[in-house]
Amino acid sequence: MSETVVTETVDLPNHSKDIATRKKNSADAVRQSLKKRYAAERRFRTYGVMALVFAFLMLVTLFTTIIGNGYTAFVQTMVRLDVHLDAQVIDPKGTRRPEVLGNAGYGLLVKKSLRKMFPEVRARRDKKKVYGIISLLGANDTLRAAVLENPSIVGTTISIWVPSSDDADMLMKGHISRDVVEKERRVTNKEIAWLDKLIIDKRLETQFNTRFFTSGDSREPELAGVWGAAVGSLLTLVITLLLSFPLGVAAAVYLEEFAPKNRWTQLIEVNINNLAAVPSIVFGLLGLAVLLNFVGMPRSAPVVGGIVLALMTLPTVIITGRAALTSVPPSIREAALGVGASRVQTIFHHVLPLAMPGILTGSIIGMARALGETAPLLMIGMVAFIVDVPQGFTDPSTVLPVQIYLWADSPERAFVEKTSAAIIVLLAFLVTMNALAVWLRQKFETRW
Amino acid sequence: MSTAAAVQVTAQNDVTNTMSAAPTKFSARHVNVFYGEKQALFDVALDVPRHHVTALIGPSGCGKSTFLRCLNRMNDTIPICKVSGKILLDENDIYDPAIDVVYLRARVGMVFQKPNPFPKSIFENIAYGPRIHGIATDKNDLDEIVQTSLEKAGLWAEVKDRLAEPGTSLSGGQQQRLCIARAIAVQPEVILMDEPCSALDPIATAKIEELIDELREHYTIVIVTHNMQQAARVSQQTAFFHLGYLVECDSTEQIFTNPTDQRTQDYITGRFG
Repeated sequence: MSETVVTETVDLPNHSKDIATRKKNSADAVRQSLKKRYAAERRFRTYGVMALVFAFLMLVTLFTTIIGNGYTAFVQTMVRLDVHLDAQVIDPKGTRRPEVLGNAGYGLLVKKSLRKMFPEVRARRDKKKVYGIISLLGANDTLRAAVLENPSIVGTTISIWVPSSDDADMLMKGHISRDVVEKERRVTNKEIAWLDKLIIDKRLETQFNTRFFTSGDSREPELAGVWGAAVGSLLTLVITLLLSFPLGVAAAVYLEEFAPKNRWTQLIEVNINNLAAVPSIVFGLLGLAVLLNFVGMPRSAPVVGGIVLALMTLPTVIITGRAALTSVPPSIREAALGVGASRVQTIFHHVLPLAMPGILTGSIIGMARALGETAPLLMIGMVAFIVDVPQGFTDPSTVLPVQIYLWADSPERAFVEKTSAAIIVLLAFLVTMNALAVWLRQKFETRW
Repeated sequence: MSTAAAVQVTAQNDVTNTMSAAPTKFSARHVNVFYGEKQALFDVALDVPRHHVTALIGPSGCGKSTFLRCLNRMNDTIPICKVSGKILLDENDIYDPAIDVVYLRARVGMVFQKPNPFPKSIFENIAYGPRIHGIATDKNDLDEIVQTSLEKAGLWAEVKDRLAEPGTSLSGGQQQRLCIARAIAVQPEVILMDEPCSALDPIATAKIEELIDELREHYTIVIVTHNMQQAARVSQQTAFFHLGYLVECDSTEQIFTNPTDQRTQDYITGRFG
């Protein structure tokens, strides 16, 4: 065999011998480098999986912390009171007019009912502690609402569930431990004994916390709700969407389809990109200086917040809109122009509908960012303590992220769970928005 | 008149077939096209006879597609593209500022290299043109236009039960015929075809070629093709472009059997290109 090889090499002309050796060498090289390349590929894939796992773990940690802290805020400890609705106290003149019923001092009746429940408590200081089991403000509200709804109950004795105070609530939920020394505990042994008695009497239980979802902010944690902030967020986002979407899409269409490519449009382009990177608080300062101080728009109003956030979102909408428009294949434009469609018809009948899914995705990302934005809204006064649920675009209001910020800053233990619960609500809001975006996207895509 | 135009006229005079009797639909003179600094067409002069198929052949980058896109001012969409010279459509200069380009494109339809149906239903693909131009007055009218257009494009039998399906669900050849039907639906006078069969298989190509032959009866057709057999099969007049110059234009028979220019000879015999 070695002989044949020798004869072969002898027979071969010089250059083909070179080619043969080169072929063999390069085959070896390929084989060796293949090993390396596959190893690199495996390494890269491992990095990818590791990154995903890490991200997933972070997400799980985040969610378990938030949900673990927050889920208890969705229930509230309630106490059942038997209240005698003394007509002498509520409506001495017997008018039964709503303004009289609404202004009556129900607190007195509640306190009386509590004294009746714990007749053994005599000391003035202890009595105060007994009143402290329930939320006096909450009980007052509950009774007033019941009477206003049905004035005929005045004069009778009713059995009614009222929210407990935040300390009692925290104790029942285990956030205040019974094992701690009394001196270091916010709830005294006496109070614990009274609460236990209420449990035995079936006068104390945890119920679903509807108030959290229906009321505005409050100084009392047990009465505080996110509805005011949620409505504020919604109103603000409506303004943001109404401003940024049409303006952004129009700007994108103009810049992409109509604008001459010259120095001016280039300058505008660069500045739009720059605007996207401007810190959001700067937009808040702009809103404060221009909209509040110069134009004189109302402070803390969703309309101002909406305008500020729209300014912040516009660059995102324009940039993603332009990207979506350029990604529409030129053949579609040519087809439309070829059958004699005008430029505007080409854009509105063919290009824009095809770009819509992309534009929508961009807008929703922008809106999601606007929903989570806090800093610029602080500047225009949306950080104020607002109890009333806003009824319109010019009412003072706050938004979910600012509400979270406010509660996180409050000293009461009960606001810790409220903060987490508000974060859950904000996340639910976000997930809903994203789901809407996905749905819209699919709807547009299947249509074509 | 420039020499190129003079050559063109003599070429026309030499034509022996029926074409010489046909009135001229398009008449191009001194057409120069620039893409920025680069000149793509040099002083092109060409007459397109009415109700004939004119094939534009030549190697890649010779300017035949550029010339075709001048005929319905599709080049307007390219910002750096500048056209000079005169192109007359029935005696009217289409580059006259007074000419409405939308109206021009309604008169001069176009079929592109790659089938490009709108991502809408088959019906909507055809109905779009008549609708925006206000050709159809009511729904029945529109239905009729869609049907006759599809019939003329030889697609009706294949799609009549699935008009609501997206145009993109058809095969490549069907899509191209759909595009031809879409062009026909606007009732143009001229149909420009930019390598309409280059993305199709031989069977689909044969169908399109057959169709072009039938359409000749009602429309003036200008077709760009890389395929010399195709030019020979479907056209009555052939123009050979090379490096931006119109080298030769004559009856197809003349070009393929007895070209006067050496470059044409070399190209059609496959020596370059």
